Amino acid sequence: MDHILVAKNVTKTYGDYTALSNISLQIPKNCIYGLLGPNGAGKTSFIRIINQITHQDSGEIFLNGEPLAPKHIASIGYLPEERGLYKSMKVGEQALYLAQLKGLSKSEAKTRLKYWFDRLDIGDWWDKKIQELSKGMAQKVQFIVTVLHEPKLLIFDEPFSGFDPINANIIKDEILQLKENGTSIIFSTHRMESVEELCEYIALIHKSEKILDGKLSDIKKAYKNNIFNVGLHVDRDAEALMNALKDKFNILSSEIDAEDNQLNFRVQLPTHKTGDILMELSKGANINRFEETIPSANDIFIQTVNKKDNGK
Amino acid sequence: MASKLGLIIKREYLAKVRNRSFIVMTILSPLLLVGMTVLIAYLAKVNDNEARVITVLDDSAFFYQTLKPSKNISYVHFEDLTLEQAKDSTTALEYYGLLYIPNGETVEKVANESYLFTKENPNTAVTQELEGVFQKQLRQDRLQKLGVTSDQFSSVEEPFEINLSTFSGEKSMKGINEIKAIIGGGFGYAIMMFIIIYGGFVMRSVIEEKTSRIIEVIISSVKPFQLMLGKIIGNSLAGITQFSIWIVSASALLLVAVMIFGIDLSALSADGQVQAGPMTGVSQFGAMDGKMMMYAKEVYDIPWGLLIVSFFIYFVLGYLIYSSIYAAIGAAVDNETDTQQFIFPIILPLMLAIYVGFFSVFSNPHGPIAVGFSLFPLTSPIVMLMRLPGGIGEGGVPLWQFLLSVFLLIITFFGIVSLAAKIYRTGILMYGKKPTYKELIKWLRY
Repeated sequence: MDHILVAKNVTKTYGDYTALSNISLQIPKNCIYGLLGPNGAGKTSFIRIINQITHQDSGEIFLNGEPLAPKHIASIGYLPEERGLYKSMKVGEQALYLAQLKGLSKSEAKTRLKYWFDRLDIGDWWDKKIQELSKGMAQKVQFIVTVLHEPKLLIFDEPFSGFDPINANIIKDEILQLKENGTSIIFSTHRMESVEELCEYIALIHKSEKILDGKLSDIKKAYKNNIFNVGLHVDRDAEALMNALKDKFNILSSEIDAEDNQLNFRVQLPTHKTGDILMELSKGANINRFEETIPSANDIFIQTVNKKDNGK
Repeated sequence: MASKLGLIIKREYLAKVRNRSFIVMTILSPLLLVGMTVLIAYLAKVNDNEARVITVLDDSAFFYQTLKPSKNISYVHFEDLTLEQAKDSTTALEYYGLLYIPNGETVEKVANESYLFTKENPNTAVTQELEGVFQKQLRQDRLQKLGVTSDQFSSVEEPFEINLSTFSGEKSMKGINEIKAIIGGGFGYAIMMFIIIYGGFVMRSVIEEKTSRIIEVIISSVKPFQLMLGKIIGNSLAGITQFSIWIVSASALLLVAVMIFGIDLSALSADGQVQAGPMTGVSQFGAMDGKMMMYAKEVYDIPWGLLIVSFFIYFVLGYLIYSSIYAAIGAAVDNETDTQQFIFPIILPLMLAIYVGFFSVFSNPHGPIAVGFSLFPLTSPIVMLMRLPGGIGEGGVPLWQFLLSVFLLIITFFGIVSLAAKIYRTGILMYGKKPTYKELIKWLRY
């Protein structure tokens, strides 16, 4: 597979403190890659190395197959977690300045800014100062500035912080659209809800080490443990049926709703075989729900981090 | 690369010169300066005009000719009054005082019995002047008793000044060293003020980028060093703009003030105050008698070309060294209140340079202390400039000292700027920590 970014054994220390230890990652092209981990895990240190704000002590990084070099700055867009704009500078002037620093010509930057300002419906802000805007409004400007130079690789560090739900949604759609247009995106966060929706690949960094990476769907498969949620409509004595099932299967929990003649339970099957239990159930009840529980990214995150911490 | 630096410089410059308080300061400062000067000159003039009126009740014949009105005192002579009447009249007329000179046979006796009556303790200038009048009269009187005529006496009173010369035969003059040091000191002082004011600008600009959290956005596009350099250059260009406006507008205003109020600025310099600018120079040397001509020639002979070129060298290097330290401090802290502990050590060598300059260089421009401080890189931009009006070479600063001082300054420049850049690079990404010196030293090794 083609990779936009490959990191090989990247290590970074600050004095006695190890920020990254031997991190290797492969980030495929044209996908959204989630860089996950608790606060202080080393995500930002890694991102700063990609942006050449700091340099790794050892290890190599390749962008598009080439060793990372200063010229690549123009092909990366970065929205840092600690972000802001010059408060007393006008929106348009500021956006032009930042775009020119990324290597765009003034006229090109103007054209593109006009497009984006219209697209995000902020066209009449051009002559306003940042300090006159609300935080959410300023974030929109910040987003535009990040993507304006059409980088091949976009890095978002906690992009949704500071947005209200409506604007967060607009930005999410824009990110998905950018991906559709062929941009590769690194998405760093410790908030898992957004990961499920956006990321195809993830890497989990904890205490400066990578503890898990791969395709999200594969990881989820690997973390499945054959637990099923079952719902039955029973005409007869529900309790007797429950007891009968408990003898044969590993029932984790159950509840009986007598009024609606409904029996719900969670069962863990020994292997990935559903035939036995389905056969058994079909004898005396109507199945209205039978679904495998798939662990959420959050579950995987917590589980892996705990396992790692307890294992030590 | 270069164009990015240009962009940064342009932004920093515009951000500064559009700043409201900057504009206000630029306009207001010359007005304040000229206003103060006019006020001082005006007050001095008023003071001069306010000669104190002293009434004189002179029953003798010895002093009538000698009491001539002066800058401080004018006299009103009473006749045919008793002492009590004279006292009452003086009080009624609200004059400053009454000088009573009784009748007597000898000057000696009359002088000893004379009194000055005043409402309060009399002004020293007044008593001194009166005492001078009496003393002169007494001396003349005593000499006359020894057979000296008054013509002889006048010729004896001719003042005298010693002739001065250097070994190479040029005529030298009293006070020329001071004049030279003051001119050099003016340059040095300008450098210090510039560093303190505009170094502070750089520092605040760095802090602003940190607190507004834009710093990481910027340095994902440019190198921290470029940003730091752009900031320093941009802010100093803004500073130079402000300085130029100040000089031009202050001179223009001063000229206008002089024409409107007709204030004689030489009155100020006569009082020993030193004025900047060519204006006073002109009026100071307006009376071109022989001596003044020589002073003018000396000032003219100061190696202005050398002075201006070296001012430029010392200014650029000194300012870059100090402002990069300011930038590093700005990067190390989160807000301006935390800067105090770091600022003091910067200002210290600057203050030291000024003090050493005024106390040591004035009296002995080529003594060991002056030489030492004009070589030490953190003080040399100021101290060396104070020595340089004497020229380079014979009678001035030895060439090797000048070269060594510039050389040391350049070495220090590279050293300090690279250290400052390291602290800057690490500091701008640190939030919420109040740094210690120990911490800063750690950053140097990252």
